[in-house]
Amino acid sequence: MNIEQNTDVVVPARNFPVGGSILEVKNISLSFGGVNAITDTSFKVLEHEIRAIIGPNGAGKSSLLNCINGIYRPQEGTISFRGKPLGRISPNIVAQIGISRTFQNLALFKRMSVLDNILVGRKLHMSSSFLSVAVQLPSAMREERKNREKCEEIIQFLEIAHIRDTPVGKLPYGLQKKVELGRALATEAEMLLLDEPMAGMNVEEKRDMCRFILKVNDELGTTMVLIEHDMGVVMDISDNVVVLDYGKIIGDGPPDEVRANQEVIDAYLGVAHD
Amino acid sequence: MKPSTVFMSYTRNDLTNFVILMGLGFAVVPFVVQTDYWYSSILIPWLCLSLAAVGQQIVMGYAGQLALGAAGFMAAGAFALFNLELRLPFMPFPFNLMISGLIAAFFGIIFGLPSLRVRGIYLMVATLAAQFFIIWMIDKFGWFKNYDTSGIITAQDIVIFGREFTSPFEMYLVVLVTVTVLTVLAINMTRGSTGRNWMAVRDMDIAAESMGISLLRTKLQAFAISAFFCGVAGALFAFTYLKSMEPVAFDIKLSFRILFMVILGGLGTINGAFIGAAFILLFPVVLNTLGNGVFHGMIDATIISSIELVVFGVLIIVFMIYEPLGMAKLWDSIKAKLAPQSTLEQAQEKQQRL
Repeated sequence: MNIEQNTDVVVPARNFPVGGSILEVKNISLSFGGVNAITDTSFKVLEHEIRAIIGPNGAGKSSLLNCINGIYRPQEGTISFRGKPLGRISPNIVAQIGISRTFQNLALFKRMSVLDNILVGRKLHMSSSFLSVAVQLPSAMREERKNREKCEEIIQFLEIAHIRDTPVGKLPYGLQKKVELGRALATEAEMLLLDEPMAGMNVEEKRDMCRFILKVNDELGTTMVLIEHDMGVVMDISDNVVVLDYGKIIGDGPPDEVRANQEVIDAYLGVAHD
Repeated sequence: MKPSTVFMSYTRNDLTNFVILMGLGFAVVPFVVQTDYWYSSILIPWLCLSLAAVGQQIVMGYAGQLALGAAGFMAAGAFALFNLELRLPFMPFPFNLMISGLIAAFFGIIFGLPSLRVRGIYLMVATLAAQFFIIWMIDKFGWFKNYDTSGIITAQDIVIFGREFTSPFEMYLVVLVTVTVLTVLAINMTRGSTGRNWMAVRDMDIAAESMGISLLRTKLQAFAISAFFCGVAGALFAFTYLKSMEPVAFDIKLSFRILFMVILGGLGTINGAFIGAAFILLFPVVLNTLGNGVFHGMIDATIISSIELVVFGVLIIVFMIYEPLGMAKLWDSIKAKLAPQSTLEQAQEKQQRL
């Protein structure tokens, strides 16, 4: 087991070098009643990059993902993916466009098995109508088999083969997080939004998770936007970092640059306000 | 075991169990059961109500939408078939039966619409509208009953391709074939992508939506398919069991009975629908036989029917608390205890405990 090597050494040549902008968030503002969750925020996510969003609790990180994903609708501003504005569309359409995600507080289908959870992630690759499923038309059977094979690959990749038939509700937290990542991977989306994929994990589990994220990014070129609190992880794996505080962007750039930013340091360590 | 322990692991058993059950129905029952009473009073209503319970199971156990209007959709199916047979007598019976299911499905879609806005107990109240509206509509507009004023409308004879199916045994065969075919379709759907989409919506709708599942389509699809099953079940119920068309037979009490079948049988399994239906239907029979046979009529009939209600009530509470997955799960646990455990399973269990 040579996990260290995978996480600590930066891969020199990437199969998918970071390209131009793929997602553009422009001047979005979101408020709940009188509370401003996000205020006039703009940033770009580049193709094939791993982008971290960091910030203290309540900074609006999850709200930002929810806006991109279509769960929340910002009152102002636009979000465009590959140049097309997302507008007021629901999460299932966003998924069709090619953005998938995981959730902060685990949103798995608790009473279904691990395999079935991941299979739901294949939804957009399965177009058989309920009638052809009901009468088991050969086309529907073929589709089912093909997608099951794909899911088995993901299960192998994430090293969760031993729990593939267990209902996810029975699994410990770390494994559930892995299953959720698996479900997001199964969509084969161009862009993944990962909301605290490593929260509550121990060092070893975090390393595993980093390894998976890096590997997917490298092999499939998936653009990743992840929210993370562990600075070590963020500095290690991300290409660029956005720092949010009180719904505003206070830093945006490569990890080293952000780390040296005085405003970011203040936000994290606290500073006496006049 | 906690309620979250689950389902999908044994939906796989549904097909095997069902094949065994129907194998018995086709191969054994005709030789063993000779009395008309068993066919017309027990087997036929059991199969019809099981089919309705499968419908309820789809919308409630799989798609997780609390709906309470199964009897309304059954009435829609029954009267649709009556009118089709009356007005289009040249059409083959199986075709008309299917159309009446589709008409019920149409009502299912309409009364499923509130599910897009409300959930849980509020949805249950909203779907009650189906129950009351459909019965009201049939009563209000004479056309549905062919302007019959006597109040007793006899159902037409079942004629399939020139052959009459009128004896209880023949009717049993018609019902058995229909229920078998439709249930296999239901099992296929629940095991395939259709069922997974329903369960995903049931377990976590936001995540389901983020995976590309349209809540609108999936919920309405479940309502439509559920109502289709209820509609066909209602049509068969009226034509082979009641043998007459009366809206009162499809009152709210029947909706509740179907709901109880699904809850007692076990949410989220097709087997559960059959077990629940058998229990709800047979229990009063058993109780009556006990009352008459053992106590020789010493116990008043009204007391017996009260006991029945008390026992149902208690059982529902007990199941809700101790085994929310119902009798189907209970049966599986018993089977698992009796069957010699393989070493692989033991190892897996050990691993899970660690």
